[in-house]
This record gives sequence, structure tokens and C-alpha cells, in this order.
Amino acid sequence: MTDLRKKSLRGVITNVIMVALLIIVIYILSVSLSDNNYRLKLVPIIWHLCIFILLGTSLNLTMGFLGQLTLGHMGFMGIGAYTAALSSLALERAGLFIAKTAPPLQLIGVMLGCSLLGAIVAGIISLLMGIPALRMRGDYLAIVTLGFGLIIENVIANLPFAGGNGLAEGTASANLYQNGLGINSRLQAQYVYFPILLTIICVAFMFMYTTSKYGRAIKAIREDEIAANASGINATYYKILTFTISAFFAGLAGGLYAISTSSLTTGTFTFANSSIWNSTFIVVMVVLGGMGSLTGSIIAAIGMYMLNYEIKNGAWVAAMPQFLQSIFAFPMLIYAFVLTIVIMFKPFGLMGTYEFSLRRLLFRKSERAIGGEAK
Amino acid sequence: MTEFLQQVIIGLRIGSVYALIALGYTMVYGIIRLINFAHGEFIMVGGYTLFFMIPVLMGFGLPAWTSVFAAIIICAAVGVLAELLAYRPVRKKGNRMTALITAIGVSLILQNLAQAIPFIGPNPKAITQDIFQSGRIDLFGVNTNWTSIFTIIIAAFVMVGLQLFIHKTKIGRAMRAVSENKAASTLMGINVNRTIVITFIIGAGLAAVGALMYCAQYRAVMTTMGSMLGLKAFVAAVLGGIGLIPGAMLGGMLIGLIEALVTAYISSSLANALVFVVLILVLLVKPAGIMGRNVGEKV
Repeated sequence: MTDLRKKSLRGVITNVIMVALLIIVIYILSVSLSDNNYRLKLVPIIWHLCIFILLGTSLNLTMGFLGQLTLGHMGFMGIGAYTAALSSLALERAGLFIAKTAPPLQLIGVMLGCSLLGAIVAGIISLLMGIPALRMRGDYLAIVTLGFGLIIENVIANLPFAGGNGLAEGTASANLYQNGLGINSRLQAQYVYFPILLTIICVAFMFMYTTSKYGRAIKAIREDEIAANASGINATYYKILTFTISAFFAGLAGGLYAISTSSLTTGTFTFANSSIWNSTFIVVMVVLGGMGSLTGSIIAAIGMYMLNYEIKNGAWVAAMPQFLQSIFAFPMLIYAFVLTIVIMFKPFGLMGTYEFSLRRLLFRKSERAIGGEAK
Repeated sequence: MTEFLQQVIIGLRIGSVYALIALGYTMVYGIIRLINFAHGEFIMVGGYTLFFMIPVLMGFGLPAWTSVFAAIIICAAVGVLAELLAYRPVRKKGNRMTALITAIGVSLILQNLAQAIPFIGPNPKAITQDIFQSGRIDLFGVNTNWTSIFTIIIAAFVMVGLQLFIHKTKIGRAMRAVSENKAASTLMGINVNRTIVITFIIGAGLAAVGALMYCAQYRAVMTTMGSMLGLKAFVAAVLGGIGLIPGAMLGGMLIGLIEALVTAYISSSLANALVFVVLILVLLVKPAGIMGRNVGEKV
């Protein structure tokens, strides 16, 4: 019994430390954000990082924990982004909501509601794709999602209500449109805690999912689907569920993206392009961080985004010889090399399946001792 | 009716290209169970080889299509390099998913490398020369051009040749054996690694021939030409039954026909999306493809 009490005490201590850390981070943020110069640089980075962390961790659910390759993750984000933007635009056209003058609660409500709507639509579409593709063993999901990633741009641009002027009737050719939800940099700074808290909640949910009964089931499927089936796990059900959850969070990330940009282009959500907003970048992120490690995905998301930021803005790139600069003009070339080299030498990523745990860090020795006693 | 027949010929023409490329996918998949995502980039490599070789060879007074031999050699070299440098080391270490990711990595490297090389660059380049005989021809009342006729005939010729090669020659028999069971074929004295390399050579060579046909029709090369073409060819292979050579042919022709007819009668912007809808529908009904048999997995 004392062990149990010890354990729960440790849980309380860990939680207190976590909350304290969070408060410290938020305090540092609020101090540094009051400086105008920092705010301009830092706020977009924070929003983008939150989006990439959500994308990376959610893709890891399918790629790392379930062991199925998905190549159209950005497509789900695109669906989320367009749904969120269009629904908020509809509210704006109906005269119910104006981003600039909305009271804080209403704005947060619209941001959350529209993002959730986007996430749900992305989840439904992933369900429609997952049911035929995941019923079979093999790489069918990779093919179907790759096709989805390649045509999603085409499809969205051809939707009469998504092309052109958003909800304005007509022109399908233009793929750029105004965004009712998109807030300016001042509001982005004011609501910078919104993406941070949302990301923390989502990642916590995903972590809980992977350590729950469901997580154990999908890890079993990853290791051996036949054996998992024989042990009474309904593999198809768990595969489709995980794929849908993964797409749901990608859609949520899309909602955040729609909030942080004033206009959307379909080119952002493709399989591969010359910027870093594409599905391949997310795949590289997950592979680099470690398939089966949410911590790894978060670290890789931050590291790769910052590296890319440096390549784009750093002074050291401008000082390089011309031929190296011309290589840096194609960031995907570098990421493709990184991807291939990592997969050749560390097939399961830098972190493998290791998860960071504050509790283990603090009480390493005694936790192990308790585990030993239980055995 | 004439218009319909014209669309059918267009469909068969583009279908022949898909079928040839699908053969490359299906052979590699059959033998090492890997979706070679870089196959589309082999087409791109072939296309650029053609772009640079056609003026040179025409300078020697040779017909333009002879440049396909140079393209076959270059493509085969790239294919073998990809197998030796990337696929083989990963196959030894990782699982299926890591192999698949390697294939994507190789595909992206080839595509972006081509964009980063100054004299290729990201912009499309036009092929101004006629690859086949120019001009139009009247065939049973249907007006078409020589390019279509040559494309369909060459594709049929290559497919028959390949079928004979797979079934009549020693190497072909070795390839079929390896795709059945790697361990057992090693015991029978087949050099598995050499057979895989030969498969890559043939697949990449077929991609080069496909590139010739593509360039003859569209008269342009670009670094991203392989991604959509390769993907549709792969869909064709899955549709017909992956790993089966007749399946790849049938699938390619079907995809070509669907695309041509949808473009002509419904909407050109929907053609790509509908190809995938067809794939999903077929997979729902026949998971192993049209010609494939559903074989239970051995434990």
C-alpha cells in the first residue's frame, strides 16, 4: 500500500512541476512578447511550430504506432483549413462575426469551433478513404493517400465554393481567397496562448491514446497483424480508428493554419513542393524524430522548422559560396537526403520509440525498484 | 461514333504509356514487394536524356527515336544505382515501411536534384523536333496521327516481347522464381541479387521507352513530369493486379481509356480524381486487382 501512496504522491509532484514549468514558459513568453521587435519574429514562429508539432505527432500515430505509411497528411490539413476558413467566412457574411472587432470570448469560440469543424470534416474524409484502403494488408493506404495528396490541390481548386472569392459564387480557377477567420499579427500575438494550449491538449490526448488499450492494440498490429488478429484484436477497426484520429488532428492543425494566415492557397497542401508546407516534410519529420515516439516528432518538428528558418533568413547562408546557396534554394533536396540517410543508418529514427517522461527523470531509481518488486 | 473512336484511340495511346510504366512498377513489386516510388523519376531522367540526345543524334543524321537507346542506358544506370546504393542496404536492415520511405527519398532526391542542376532547372523545356513521322492518317474513317499509331504498336510489341522474355528465357524463369519465393530460389542456385538488378534494368528501360512515347505526344519535359505519370501508372498496376504482367497492361489501357473518355465527355479537371475513385471502387470489390487472385497469407 505504501508503494501505491508513494506513486500517487509522485504523480502529484510531477504534475505540480509540469504546471510550474508551463507558467514559467508563459511568463517568459509574455515578457518577451511585450517587446515589439521580438513579437514580430516570435509570434509567427510559435503559431507555425504549434501547427507542425500537431502535424508531426498526428502523423506519427499512423506511421509510427500503427505502422502504415500515409502520404497525404497535408491534404487533411488542407481540408481542415478550408473548412475552418469557409465556415468562419460564412459567419462573417451572415454578419455574426468580424475577426477584428469580435470580443475575446466570441473570437476564441469561433476559432475553436471552426477548427473543430475542419477537424471533423477531415476525419470523415479520412474514414471514407481508410475503409477501403485499410481493410487489406499491404501498402494500399500509401497509394490511396499519395493519390489523395496529389489531387487534393486540383479538387479544392475546382470546388465552386472554395476557389475564387471563397463563398462568392463562380470562378473556380483562382485558388486564392480571403479568409474570414484569419487574424492579423496583433491579434495573433494577443491570442498566442490559444495554439499553445490547444497543441498541449492535443499532444496529451495523443500520448494518452498511445499508452491506452487502443495504443497497445495498434502497436500489436504494427508488430504482427496476424498475431494481433489471432489475439482477438479487430485489426481493421483499430487501423481505421487510428487513421481517422490522425486525420482529425491534422484537420485541427489546418484550422490553426487558417487562423494564422490571411489567405489560403491550395499549393500549400500538396505532396511535395518547393516550400516546407507539404506532406513529405512531415514524413521526414516523423522518420527523423523516430517512428513511435511523440517526443521525437516534437523535437524534429522544432529542429527542422528552426533549421529551415535559418536557411531562409540566416546570415550564414548568404555568406556561403554560390553553388551551395543554389542548393539551399531547394530545401526539399536537403530533406530528401536527410530522409534517405537517416532511414539507411537509423531505420527507426533518432529517438526510436523512446518517450520523454518527467516522472522517470525525477524518480528513475525508485520507479525501477518498484517495478522490480512487482515482478 | 467517329468522335468516340477518336477518343478511344487517344485513350489507347496514353494507356500504352501507362501500361509500359506500370510494367516497371509491377515487375519490381513482384520481385521485392516494394512500391518503387522513384520509378516516375526514371521517366523524368529518360525524358531529359531524350531532350539532350535528340539534337545530337539528329546532327549525325539519325532519326530522332534512336535517342531512346541512350535513354534506356541512362535510365537503367540510374535504376541500378538506386537499387545498389539505397534499396539494397535498407532491405537488409529495415522492414517494408522503411524500404517504402527510402523509395520516396530516392524519388525526391532525383526530382529535386534535377531542379537544382542549372542546365535542367525547374522550368519545362519544349521538344521541338518530331520524334515519329509527322502528319495525320485516316484509319477506318477515324482521323488520327502517326504518333498514336506508332505508340500503340511499339507498346504492343514491347509487351509481347516482355511476356516471351519472362516465360521463355532462363533469366525470366529466375525472375518468376524469385518473386515466388526468395529463399527457395537461392537454394535452387539462382543469384537473387543479380536477378533483382536485372529487374531494375528492365523496369527502368521500359520507363525510358515510356518517356519516348510521352515526349512524342506532349513535346515537353519537366522535372515533375514523372510524379503524376508514375502515380497513374502505379494505379494501373494495382488496378490490373500488382505483380502480374498482363494485369499491368490491362490496367494501363483501362486507366488511359477512362481518362480519355472522362476528359472528352465529363470534365478534364475531374479526370485525375476519377482515376482514383475507380481504383478505390475496384479495391473495394476485388482487393487483389482485376486479374489478381486473393491468396491467403501464410503464417
